[in-house]
Amino acid sequence: MRFDTPATTNPIDQGKVVGKPIHRIDGPLKTTGKAVYAYEWHDRNTRYAYGYVVGSAIAKGRIRSMDTAAAKKAPGVIAVVTTEAVGELKKGKYNTAKLFGGMEIQHYHQAIAVVVAETFEEARAAAALVKVDYTEEKGAFDLAAAKDSAVEPEGGGASGAGDFDAGFEAAPVKLDQIYTTPDQSHAMMEPHASIAAWNGDDLTVWTSSQMIDWWRTDLATTLGIDKEKVHTMSPFVGGGFGVKLFLRADAVLAALSAREAGRPVKVALPRPFLMNNTTHRPATIQRIRIGAGRDGKITAIGHESWSGDLPGGGPEVAVQQTRLLYAGENRMTAMRLATLDLPEGNAMRAPGEAPGMMALEIAIDEMAEKLGLDPVEFRIINDTQVDPENPERPFSHRNLIGCLRTGAERFGWRERSKKAGARREGDWLVGMGVAAAFRNNLVLPSAARIRLDREGIVTVETDMTDIGTGSYTIIAQTAAEMLGVPIEKVAVSLGDSRFPVSSGSGGQFGGNCSTAGVYAACVKLREAVAQKLSFNSAEDLIFAESEVRSGDRRMPLAQAVADEALVAEDRIEFGDLTKTHQQSTFGAHFVEVGVDVATGETRIRRMLAVCAAGRILNPITARSQVIGAMTMGVGGALSEELVVDKERGFFVNHDLAAYEVPVHADIPHQDVVFLDETDPMSSPMKAKGVAELGICGVAAAVANAIYNATAIRVRNYPITLDKLIKELPEIS
Amino acid sequence: MQSPGAIEISRRDLLAASAATVTVVSAHSLSHAQTKATTESQSTKVTFKVNGESRELRLDNRTSLLDALREHLHLTGTKKGCDHGQCGACTVLIDGRRANACLTLAVMHEGDSITTLEGLGQPENLHPMQAAFVKHDGFQCGYCTPGQICSSVAMLEEIRANIPSHVTRDLTAPAEITSDEIRERMSGNICRCGAYSNIVEAITEVAGRKA
Ligand code: FES
Ligand code: FES
Repeated sequence: MRFDTPATTNPIDQGKVVGKPIHRIDGPLKTTGKAVYAYEWHDRNTRYAYGYVVGSAIAKGRIRSMDTAAAKKAPGVIAVVTTEAVGELKKGKYNTAKLFGGMEIQHYHQAIAVVVAETFEEARAAAALVKVDYTEEKGAFDLAAAKDSAVEPEGGGASGAGDFDAGFEAAPVKLDQIYTTPDQSHAMMEPHASIAAWNGDDLTVWTSSQMIDWWRTDLATTLGIDKEKVHTMSPFVGGGFGVKLFLRADAVLAALSAREAGRPVKVALPRPFLMNNTTHRPATIQRIRIGAGRDGKITAIGHESWSGDLPGGGPEVAVQQTRLLYAGENRMTAMRLATLDLPEGNAMRAPGEAPGMMALEIAIDEMAEKLGLDPVEFRIINDTQVDPENPERPFSHRNLIGCLRTGAERFGWRERSKKAGARREGDWLVGMGVAAAFRNNLVLPSAARIRLDREGIVTVETDMTDIGTGSYTIIAQTAAEMLGVPIEKVAVSLGDSRFPVSSGSGGQFGGNCSTAGVYAACVKLREAVAQKLSFNSAEDLIFAESEVRSGDRRMPLAQAVADEALVAEDRIEFGDLTKTHQQSTFGAHFVEVGVDVATGETRIRRMLAVCAAGRILNPITARSQVIGAMTMGVGGALSEELVVDKERGFFVNHDLAAYEVPVHADIPHQDVVFLDETDPMSSPMKAKGVAELGICGVAAAVANAIYNATAIRVRNYPITLDKLIKELPEIS
Repeated sequence: MQSPGAIEISRRDLLAASAATVTVVSAHSLSHAQTKATTESQSTKVTFKVNGESRELRLDNRTSLLDALREHLHLTGTKKGCDHGQCGACTVLIDGRRANACLTLAVMHEGDSITTLEGLGQPENLHPMQAAFVKHDGFQCGYCTPGQICSSVAMLEEIRANIPSHVTRDLTAPAEITSDEIRERMSGNICRCGAYSNIVEAITEVAGRKA
């Protein structure tokens, strides 16, 4: 099905199942330990071997030699597979750093060997016996130091309209500030893990992947085998946030070592290995300039961002939202990319907007203060209904103003002290902050297969993944709505490369696109049913209560099935609507903090997000996505930072003890409001993404609340107490 | 719990499908089976109860209780998030008290009684805490969930036993079940999906029901 004209009325609009607060259908499995994750697949007739990875101890250079004699002799060891013995492997399309193979070291903890043994304990012990001799090279690890050597990234990425320099120069009120965001880690709870098993030339891999087909393709490329020979499965994924988008070393190591060992091998990447071995959100340095008239209208806005990556990598597109979020005639954005020899920088929840909004939304707060305007009003004054760089291109649907007004009302924004540092409750300085939320709506093709059997049971198969997003549930809801059956009659099978290729999970496109793919397959199935039941056309049929109805004629749905189940498969493909119309999602974050006047410790007291993101397919799972993103946003504001050892070139705090993500005690009750809307330009579901919108702007809302509480403006994340304490009021 | 049946169907399909793959594989693997085994001297026999059932294992002395459960007993409800006592995903109950199973060696638990998530309830017969997690959507990816649930069950008992926490204001008064107490006492269980707000609601509901 090609989606190239705005959606009109369709069965999803009935809203009998879609849009309802239905509890996760995989909930009973996940709460009882019955959901099986990658490392947990077990067949009682199989003797699995265990692989333990060895990582590079240097950040850049070459391996001179590897000595595996001791490891090979260690108890229980079956095989030692080294990067030296394997030699150069072809890199997958989506990887920047190579995952394994060859003597070159591109970053710290790059995988260089895997030791396979009968047990995990034996493999781990033997892995420590592998001796490696390196030739170390000097690398670049410090973004600030490399900033001046940064170049325009491939494809440029600069944008603009009007004359920024002149517009900024002429503006009566100006802001020119630098903001920094640190390297951050996804830190999902399930570490990367794979089990690989060969049967002749056929390879089966249970793994933890957000994108089944990307992994399958890149694994085949890396191993130099035919994609058709590779079968990958990830029915349950313990979180990803972007780090499981692209093939990772565990799958490659499991496949290579299973071949070597002649039996299935399990490989999990140890937690302390993850943060340097895999990808991270790259640090940025951002310069923002805003010029406005005294009426509060922005006349010039410029945003530049510097980030670094390994050779062949890309920039963190932190200027993305600034092209679209606020009006203003004279505009400019630009990016510069430095070469750094740190681990690979890549997508983490809302790449671009997440760090971009961390900076932009502080700048907007600062500008509002310069203008003497309420920051909510300042944002409203500068709303735009068209792409400001191309004013002939409207937004498909944009209700940022509704988010801001609703949020202000619900949060009690009126109570916010207009003067910073003026509200004190005992030992606490109390403040409120606001930020807009903005994330683009991406669309990717997505396919599904639907089977209807004689009992009237509908089975959906698609290689879509559920990484905690609720895919199982919203896909079941979609099929139930389209085919008029109770959701109990819908079975959903996900995350298997034998199923039609879906959008996968990433970029907040998964929910909208995968259900649109299911919609397309259901339309096909409806046509097949109509034909089997001898209705003239599927168009005006009503599918309800497991019946098919047209006028007075009613037939049981299951009657369309003879001996064989009825099967339909289709794929949604998207036309030009994302080009003719700017599709984005909007929101507003409100935060209240208390800052301890003596210690500078910040505590989040209240949080509210108001989101305008098209049709909400399931308010329970959508809300969970948003509160989860708000929580990660709090981490970004207050504690999350991969600390770079600028001499040795690695992230020092590479585990969950030292990389501090929010815990229970950091997070208060969170409120989320979804504005009631649909976006017919987005897909037949009229839905958009919401999972990443939830993080965009949160950290800035916290930063702005801290400013409101303390009158201290911190522009370098995370806002730890050492950055506040010097400027806090004297206490006697 | 709208449709446990639905996902059941899908799970059966998946298992059937993958079992086929595994069967083929295992025939292959057995012919290559390796025989090098752990030396006897490094292993110890241990007997403990798991979810009410007595289990006897001979284990490498280095085997954590977590790996004994996951790799030897195939009770994979208990998760490995870090293997270093940093995340709480491996929380189990040992003689009724919560512990990080990754931080304790299996052979130290001779005669102990261990309860894992599987021992609390099953999909058809959920423990009140499991049901509350489903109702309040106290999870997303589900990977921290076993630890959160086991931890919260034991945590409520700790409050009832009047064990104070860092945020308990009055050490002479009975400990109370408040949101602050719950958050403080649950902070060893990380949820990167960020379901905290919902988890606290689930726990509060269960606490209230029993109180
Ligand atoms: S796995 Fe035991 S605390 Fe993380
Ligand atoms: S549900 Fe994913 S980490 Fe808690």
